[in-house]
Amino acid sequence: MIKSFFREYAGILGGLLILCLVSSFLSEYFWSVNNVTNIILQTSIVAIVAFGMTYAILLAGIDLSVGSIVALTGLVLVIGLTNGLPFGLMLPIALLVAVFCGFSNGFITTWLGVHPFIVTMSFMGIWRGVAMLTSDGQAVSLYDNAPFEYIFNGYLFGIPFPIIILLSMIALNHFVLSKTTFGRRVYIVGGNPEAAAYSGINVSKTTIYSYMITGLMAGVGGVMLASRMFSAQPTAANGMELDAIAACVLGGTSLTGGRGTIIGTLIGALIIAVLSNVMSLMNVDFFVSLIVKGVVILIAVGIDVYKNKRKAA
Amino acid sequence: MSKVLLETVGLCKHFGDNKAVDGLSIRFRAGKVHTILGENGCGKSTTLKMLAGVHPPTFGSILRNGKNVEFKSPRDSRDNGIAIIFQELSLCNNLTVAENIFANNEPHRFGVIDSKKIISDAKGILNKYHIPISAEIKVGSLSMAQRQLVEIAKGLSYPSDVVIFDEPTSSLSDSEVEILFNIISELKSENKAIIYVSHKMAEIMRISDDITVMRDGQYIDTVDKAETSIDPLITMMVGREMSDIYPSKNESASEIGDLVLSVKSLTNPNAFHNVSFDLHAGEVVGFFGLVGAGRSDVMNALFGMLPYEGEILIKGKKVAIETPIIAIENGIAFVTENRKEEGLVLDHSVHINCNLASFERIATRGLLNEQAEVSQTEDSIKRMNIRVQNRHQSVGSLSGGNQQKIVLAKWLERQPDILILDEPTRGVDVGAKYEIYSIIRELTEKGTAVILVSSELPEVMNMSDRLFVMREKKLVKEFKTKGLTQDKVMVYATGVDSND
Repeated sequence: MIKSFFREYAGILGGLLILCLVSSFLSEYFWSVNNVTNIILQTSIVAIVAFGMTYAILLAGIDLSVGSIVALTGLVLVIGLTNGLPFGLMLPIALLVAVFCGFSNGFITTWLGVHPFIVTMSFMGIWRGVAMLTSDGQAVSLYDNAPFEYIFNGYLFGIPFPIIILLSMIALNHFVLSKTTFGRRVYIVGGNPEAAAYSGINVSKTTIYSYMITGLMAGVGGVMLASRMFSAQPTAANGMELDAIAACVLGGTSLTGGRGTIIGTLIGALIIAVLSNVMSLMNVDFFVSLIVKGVVILIAVGIDVYKNKRKAA
Repeated sequence: MSKVLLETVGLCKHFGDNKAVDGLSIRFRAGKVHTILGENGCGKSTTLKMLAGVHPPTFGSILRNGKNVEFKSPRDSRDNGIAIIFQELSLCNNLTVAENIFANNEPHRFGVIDSKKIISDAKGILNKYHIPISAEIKVGSLSMAQRQLVEIAKGLSYPSDVVIFDEPTSSLSDSEVEILFNIISELKSENKAIIYVSHKMAEIMRISDDITVMRDGQYIDTVDKAETSIDPLITMMVGREMSDIYPSKNESASEIGDLVLSVKSLTNPNAFHNVSFDLHAGEVVGFFGLVGAGRSDVMNALFGMLPYEGEILIKGKKVAIETPIIAIENGIAFVTENRKEEGLVLDHSVHINCNLASFERIATRGLLNEQAEVSQTEDSIKRMNIRVQNRHQSVGSLSGGNQQKIVLAKWLERQPDILILDEPTRGVDVGAKYEIYSIIRELTEKGTAVILVSSELPEVMNMSDRLFVMREKKLVKEFKTKGLTQDKVMVYATGVDSND
């Protein structure tokens, strides 16, 4: 079990370790408890959104609307709370909104038979526009709401609560994808939708459920982000879909569908986080850091393609 | 002896462990029609693809006019004067015949296409080979057979002295076959070497000069047509007597059981009309017909992939089969003719694919039952003699025969009452064929009802109890297969009496 785990992730895990090793030489501060916690906190939101993205990409699809869903979910929650509604009511409502956004993506994709790139790109604009309209384009701040602040700033058994959320999302999604019949359906539909249909799998249902999960994960990310900023901002998470896609691709999720795991996506997200962290520790120019991140993704994808070609030959 | 234009020396093509072609040496001479003969999967197509520059040979060499040549791409082969006419059409329907003939090879002046010259040159080619099709008509408005003739004209538009035909008559009717044969004799008189691949023995005996037989990727022999006849050729091709190709039926167990499926005036306006038949437990019913006769469409309708009018009764109960899920719930399993596209997830493991249709059934409350899945997979590998390194191997890396066995295994896990097999032995080697036939026998003895759709007449005749012939989207005849001869069936399949 442990052996097969290392065989599967040897490449990216090795990449992450080398990156950490180099980082520890570059900055003595890197391995400090504070910094490591910081890295995990930094990456927790993107990683969770990327877990959702993994479902879409496993189906050979994509979800460009997750950034907008993050912003919209945060707004729904905060606007409800500022109007005096209880947290216990607003949290499920906000998450339901996120699930509905995902449902819209999945339903229209299967109903029209259009590539999800087009559908989710449209919804990226739609949900962002809805967020802007409901907030008049302004950030909505919220202080003195204990459960809301606890989400990103609280501690449970001495562990920051967002890390607890991250761990449970890892466990949940890993379980769904590797142990349930639904997860198996996702892999089969992504690998060959035609064969899936001929084997008696309901391809539309599988697709719609998957995008609902993608939406839900973006919603969880949205709640965490709002709590972290003590406010909801209609412009929040702009471009987060690209970070999420990058994490999936770095983690070995194939854009042609059917191949990829939650653990891979997690490692992919960590690589991006460590890279950003060490570059900011070293005061690397932000613009330069963008270039470095882009190059790293290209190299990782190149290695992956090369490995698969060799396997196929 | 006429000049040798093209020669292969010890030509080999290996795909992993699969030796598709193994040590092939043939000489193709000017002014001769050289037929390559062999069963599906014997390596003919792979050989043609090497000559066409699609696959590079693993070992061995190709000599052109006595000189060693290496084809890195189809273009290399074409520039060396080798024209290939493949059976798959590669025409654009919205372009004219002339534009298609010169697609990618347009006469031009400073990069601007000379459309007048295209038409006049195309007319020249069509006239020269007596092809009665207008150069200015859109290809989309032509029949399949006419399109095949355009494809041939396209192949002949390049300067060449070796012309390769890959099953050119599979979609041609008799009058067009005559046009083709005229083209071939015209090419012969121009002293070109013609390489011909076909399954149809009668036409092979008519037009060939030399015949090379291949079997399981091996070169068997080259014979002069004048000194041979059909029977010895078939024996060479198959490598054993007919009785060893099909497992014999256990007569004592041949009692036909209850009615399981009854199809009444099944119609889909675009695909088939008024199809009615019955199927009993423990019997094999064959469906034969030419390509496009509508056999596969009927099967797709039975499996919920194509809408239909009419009635389907399963064990006496009327069922509306709207989706494959409903079909599967009613005990139907369907091995489609395209195993790679519709049967398997090629990237995934043997394990996943063996359980493709059954993982939900053995799961409990939405959780996969891995233990049961593993034992199912291991059982299937053993029982069906699937040759794999281990169950984690991806099915894309397996040979056609092993892939087909996995498609079968995936359905047998569900123990279907009705098993539909559409071209189950296409692209499968002779050994695996025998194993697949044995599985069919074993299933029917246990009471499974089998529908066998096939284009190989000997296969349906030997494996079926009853045989239905389809022509032009209709069921035209039912036969008992006992004592039936091939030409009787062909009369109904083609609508033409072969003695005419």
